Amino acid sequence: MAKELLKGNIAIAEAALRAGVDAYFGYPITPQTELLEHMSRRMPELGRVFLQAESEIAAINMVYGAACTGAWAMTSSSGPGISLMQEGLSYIALSDVPAVVVDIMRGGPGLGNIQPSQADYNQLTRGGGHGDYRCIVLAPATVQEAIDLTVLAFDLADKYRTVAILAGDGLIGQMMEPAQLPPMRERSRTRPPWALTGARGRPPNSIAAFGLEAETLEAMNWRLQAKLQRIRQTEVRCETWLVDDAEILVVAFGSVGRIAKTAVREARAHGIRVGLIRPITLWPFPYKPIEQAAAHARAVLVVEMNTGQMVDDVRMAVCGQAPVYFHGRPGGSVPVPEEILERIVELSKED
Amino acid sequence: MQVSVIIAGFGGQGVLFAGLMLAYAAMDRDLYVTWYPSYGPEMRGGTASATVVIGDEEIGSPVVLHPDAAIALNIPSFRKYEPLVKPGGVLVYNSSLIFEIPERTDIQYVAVPANAIAAEISDTRVANAVTVGALAAVTGMLPVEALIETVDRHIPAPRRATVLPNQEALERGAQLAAELLKQSSPSALPHYER
Repeated sequence: MAKELLKGNIAIAEAALRAGVDAYFGYPITPQTELLEHMSRRMPELGRVFLQAESEIAAINMVYGAACTGAWAMTSSSGPGISLMQEGLSYIALSDVPAVVVDIMRGGPGLGNIQPSQADYNQLTRGGGHGDYRCIVLAPATVQEAIDLTVLAFDLADKYRTVAILAGDGLIGQMMEPAQLPPMRERSRTRPPWALTGARGRPPNSIAAFGLEAETLEAMNWRLQAKLQRIRQTEVRCETWLVDDAEILVVAFGSVGRIAKTAVREARAHGIRVGLIRPITLWPFPYKPIEQAAAHARAVLVVEMNTGQMVDDVRMAVCGQAPVYFHGRPGGSVPVPEEILERIVELSKED
Repeated sequence: MQVSVIIAGFGGQGVLFAGLMLAYAAMDRDLYVTWYPSYGPEMRGGTASATVVIGDEEIGSPVVLHPDAAIALNIPSFRKYEPLVKPGGVLVYNSSLIFEIPERTDIQYVAVPANAIAAEISDTRVANAVTVGALAAVTGMLPVEALIETVDRHIPAPRRATVLPNQEALERGAQLAAELLKQSSPSALPHYER
């Protein structure tokens, strides 16, 4: 299939359709509204469910309900809406049902603004709601990767019966790039044996986000943790670029990852030995690749569109092997390669 | 090799579409390209912009502080981007609306009476395409013929009536720029003649 010039939000929506989403529930919010708009046209065309909910709280609980019936359900939003969804996400996590959530991050806290941001990092990677759980979090840096990771999000959510979150930002959502969409998948899925389908001719299934007895809930928690541990062991993804001889290691994710790449390329042209690690899974976080690359680095520079969130994970990965520096732009400001290059040059001059 | 362009003007002047013409033409020539719009409150009245980066290798930052070239369609955009264009770069501006006196000596100014030319084509909406044609001719970043072909290929069914005026506008802008070029040295920007 030929490449098309695609806007991130629309590419994600179309990729979800082609991956096989059965039902979309959402509420508009900039900078992801084109995603919902595209769904509102395409889902009815395909005979699938599109429903604009009365709020993000309603939307995530509709996702929960649909997921319990074995449907592939999704929603999308931005910071303020994602905050409202946290209770539902926590319920989904203990219920062991698959769901896909797209967060096109914008400046926060509060109403913030509609410009690009990565300030939801902690909320997305730490679970976000109450209780002990994590969601798989995937961070695309290009429109093509947004497409590929959307498909992956459905496959991982289905495989592990968990929440998979696509974490983009206003830049990824709003920009256009040539990209290739996957073909439409055959949708011959049978409903999974755990799904709530009416129990005609079989014993009833039950899905619950509670265990009233301590022993019951403890056992449910350990089961959930065992699943999360399997995900940690098998699903870590990151891009490593020019790290083999790197004295300075830059770590950045999503759109900042690609912006940092320009700075790294220019620094290399200046003869500075610098490399880049771009986490693709923010959870599970690529601790090991960063630990290994930091072993021969003199300095590590983390760049984020926030005041410093992933930098904590990087510090844990580096574990004191090298000093970890931070460069951040919060509130909807986007860093340009020049300012990252400046920091790299500064670090290269230090002994 | 990469070349970056910022196109700016009032919401409604076709800033985003002007950027799309460049982006589609680049894609049609198998180049890498990113198109990033301003999508904030400026869409509703202030100054809107689109940043287009075209290259023959993977594009890192779609956000650019100092573009190789800029198109200013109104006075606020001229004032904002005149100081930001890279030394040696190009500033195409709509001289139908902008009467500022150029201040820099290290960039090439291209004054294009875009609204007047668009009015001659009897479609004032294509003033943006006039400036895009001029930019292409001055910088050589993309052949004007590629843009003319792209407009025909990508303008969808409901808006087909705008294909011819846009093509004429691109051509008129390019002709004007070619005449201006005879009087000064051509730009040294990277260009893609695939």
